[in-house]
Amino acid sequence: MYTQSFSVQDGPGLKAVEATSAEDAKLAEQFEARIDADGRIEAQDWMPEAYRKTLVRQISQHAHSEIVGMLPEGNWILRAPSLKRKCILIAKVQDEGGHGLYLYSAAETLGTSRAEMLDALHSGKAKYSSIFNYPTLNWADIGVVGWLVDGAAIMNQIPLCRCSYGPYARAMVRVCKEESFHQRQGYEALLTMMKGTQEQRDMVQDAVNRWWWKCLAMFGPPDSDSHHSAQGMRWGIKRISNDELRQKFVDATVPQAKVLGVSLPDPKLRWNEARGHYDFGEIDWNEFWDVVNGNGPCNKERLATRVKAHEDGQWVRDAALAYAEKQRNRSIKEAA
Amino acid sequence: MSTKPALKDWPLWEVFVRSKQGLEHKHCGSLHAADAKQALDMARDVYTRRQEGVSIWVVPSAMITANNPDDKSELFDPASDKIYRHPTFYDIPQEVGHM
Repeated sequence: MYTQSFSVQDGPGLKAVEATSAEDAKLAEQFEARIDADGRIEAQDWMPEAYRKTLVRQISQHAHSEIVGMLPEGNWILRAPSLKRKCILIAKVQDEGGHGLYLYSAAETLGTSRAEMLDALHSGKAKYSSIFNYPTLNWADIGVVGWLVDGAAIMNQIPLCRCSYGPYARAMVRVCKEESFHQRQGYEALLTMMKGTQEQRDMVQDAVNRWWWKCLAMFGPPDSDSHHSAQGMRWGIKRISNDELRQKFVDATVPQAKVLGVSLPDPKLRWNEARGHYDFGEIDWNEFWDVVNGNGPCNKERLATRVKAHEDGQWVRDAALAYAEKQRNRSIKEAA
Repeated sequence: MSTKPALKDWPLWEVFVRSKQGLEHKHCGSLHAADAKQALDMARDVYTRRQEGVSIWVVPSAMITANNPDDKSELFDPASDKIYRHPTFYDIPQEVGHM
């Protein structure tokens, strides 16, 4: 899935790490040497506080995005046009839930707790990918989400498999492997619609028109405005810049759109022979920040649905604990 | 000679070795040891004599909960007919390239 707001600050900025003692200075030196040698940092290794915080923020935002990302697609499970599409959509949403779990677990290796992370999400303090603050209006949207939203996410996630933090990198390897069907099922669903009636083809085009620019914004602010990028790159947390990833996505998507038979809603989109890439128009960053800051069409609804799901699940968590407690008491009694 | 089994009081430990920086620990076997420290020392001698690892975990075998092998079909068969979880289930025209 779904990255992006990774580079978005949750709260106050991080201070540069300052070694407080000779011992810390030596550990910091070892850390830097390992990073420079493209080595991996593991949970038990010493790491600068800012590195830890950056990772907790990024991995937890990534986890939140997986979980919130279940909502726009989950809305369509009951309305999928066939049993086959319903099964596929359930499998995909189920995968996203699993991906959230891998990522929360990876974040927990850094010393944060599941409860803290969920609390940050539910209180609105933590960000998640703002692409999910847009509605999925009809079935074509579900195809487009798979093709473009998951396509953009995969582009973002592949380099994360080489992240310097071992547990995150390994979680991403698993995620990317499982995700390979997500984009294909979306594209295939759209191919099927394009073979249908003119009305169906119009639905696909309309959905592409509504999602295209939002997907380009998923890669985050331009490199020139992205404050976390430079430090993240130096630490090997981020490997490829926002703008480079966005360009790769555009270059990969244009031929896919052609085969599908849809146009991409950008009059400035054209092949640039000299650059060897497609040129494209300006992204509306005001809209992006407006949605990140809580004013998208679905921000409130998504968060409310997420909080309600958590609260409605409280009895299950309570029952599991009560059952475990009962089993424990029973085995103590039997042993006596 | 004593008839007491040599390892009577030494619990069993499962050994996990990380073969290379960045990779996960993989289970590679087990051994008896009196405590965690000794288990680590012995795991080093038994499982990493040819530099097979850069990190070792030892876990008391008794701490591992496994499924009942008789439940294998109940647990795993439900996944066998969900072929749509695999990317190859979807026909994508060749000219689209890698997706």
